[in-house]
Amino acid sequence: MIEPASLAPWLIIIPLAGGLLAFLLPSRSVLIGLSATVANGLLALAITFYSINTIPLEYALGGWPPPAGILLRIDGLTLVMLTMTAITGLAISIYAQGYFPARIGSGNGVSRHGPQQDFFWPLWLMLLAGLNGLFLAGDLFNLYVTLEVTALAAVALTALSGKHTSEVAALRYLLVSLLGSLSYLFGTVLLYRACHVLHLATLGALIVSSPVVWSGLALITVGLLLKTALFPMHFWLPPAHVNALTPVSAILSALVIKASFYLIFRFWGDVFMRILPLGGYSLLGGLGAAAVLWGGIQALRQKRLKMLIAYSTVAQLGYLFIALPIIRHDAGPSSRFALVYLIISHAGAKAAMFLAAGNVFLHFGHDRINELAGVKDALPMTSFALAVAGVSLMGLPPSGGFIGKWLLLTASFASGQWWWGIILIAGSLLAVAYIYRVVRHLFTKAPGPSSGKRQVARTMEASSLFLAVLSLVMGIFAPLVSKLIASDAVSLASLLAGVVP
Amino acid sequence: MTITTGYIISALLLFGIGMNGLMTCSHQLRKILAVNLMASGVFLILIVTGFGTDGSAIDHVPHAMVLTGIVISVSTTALALTLACRIQQRLNRSADETAEGNDDD
Repeated sequence: MIEPASLAPWLIIIPLAGGLLAFLLPSRSVLIGLSATVANGLLALAITFYSINTIPLEYALGGWPPPAGILLRIDGLTLVMLTMTAITGLAISIYAQGYFPARIGSGNGVSRHGPQQDFFWPLWLMLLAGLNGLFLAGDLFNLYVTLEVTALAAVALTALSGKHTSEVAALRYLLVSLLGSLSYLFGTVLLYRACHVLHLATLGALIVSSPVVWSGLALITVGLLLKTALFPMHFWLPPAHVNALTPVSAILSALVIKASFYLIFRFWGDVFMRILPLGGYSLLGGLGAAAVLWGGIQALRQKRLKMLIAYSTVAQLGYLFIALPIIRHDAGPSSRFALVYLIISHAGAKAAMFLAAGNVFLHFGHDRINELAGVKDALPMTSFALAVAGVSLMGLPPSGGFIGKWLLLTASFASGQWWWGIILIAGSLLAVAYIYRVVRHLFTKAPGPSSGKRQVARTMEASSLFLAVLSLVMGIFAPLVSKLIASDAVSLASLLAGVVP
Repeated sequence: MTITTGYIISALLLFGIGMNGLMTCSHQLRKILAVNLMASGVFLILIVTGFGTDGSAIDHVPHAMVLTGIVISVSTTALALTLACRIQQRLNRSADETAEGNDDD
């Protein structure tokens, strides 16, 4: 039988090679892009099923041991993130396959939309390679490299629409991202000065408190918070996500943001949990609570659907940070599982919402919330997708969002931190209010005859609905995900127990 | 020891000056230069980490990191400059168009 760990490099090679090929052969870019994302999806599923009983696994690339070689590491969290990226990415790719021809075929601005398609596929595949590499990287420096690969591709994708606003947003995104990643690199250097290792698991076992270590961890955390757009550092997110093309908005909001949060979770929930101060967790949770409230209120005030969805991302990111202090005080794996569930169900629901909003925009030529009447008749599947994804964001049963929030709520009360529970409930109420604002208009009759401009391909409606339904019925995957996360908790406990006397 | 300390202080200064520039300058080119200054600060501290203090052997890992870091820094700078150029070109063009529009009136 093939060793599952030896398959891991192909998760980087396939998208990378696909991206280069798609760049060299623009006339075949759609075919290459779809084949690469399908292959990536199958590979991610295969690795998950083959290695589920043997994690954690490590694989030294080319047989070179660290520190000179590159080490790939697979554990439960890695597998969940890889599969989430593969499935969401595949649905977005299928959407994009219909999206660009629809825009090219619409008549106006053929010259602008042709190159968009030619550049979308290489950049998206590069981004996918970066994301997979980031989830697989086992040491601090390779995390930096993959973080930069991801950010470069994401910035180029943001600018792809060719509008002035999106170029300005892209440059701002790039500068913020560089500030974040340089801060991360500085922190990495300080940790290396203190411990002389980069390998994450070894670092976690060796690290002892000292001023250099504290400064390093602070720099790493602040850099990553900036890239994750945690309130009040979220200012760059709405313009970048809103002005991008529809498939790009979905990729940025569902996947790219999760990459830097994955690192925060990796460090605060795993590698450095032993030495990080309790006050730090409360601070992150507090900022998360502010993000939930601020993002929710801003989402309520938006006039455009895409803006509402972007501020909803700001709010939903807040939940992920609220989970950190709960995890710190909760011994069992259930709050950890809740956080992972929030991450993956948000990926599905948010990608579905952006894709559905894209369909609305394509058909009507605008996305003003107050003028959405009649969408139900023109785009039935899209309206259904928006409503279903909304249910998951609100956290109603049986959605993935419900499972995540419910477990967090239980854990917060059980560990005596009821105040986080209150924020969770308040955030859900805000989500109900802003989702209702959209859904209310969707299902009213249009005052006049339908004013649709462009046909929306069935695949575009279907891929949005697929992601929405997936995030709604995510409960059926709970045994698999909980098994993966529980095995992480075991290795984490041994890490903590092996060093602390 | 004193040389190392000197380098570290310079590196911190470079990083700080760069960060200050990024926050306070409004011109895009200055912001891009500021980011490069920050990167130089980080690279300097990496090189210092590599050379053996008190006669010990040179550590090659930070040097490999600096090389990779420089490559990344070059590509990010290229992307930033491209974006800044496109933004500026578009601003110039729209300024020209308004000027021409005024001539027509």
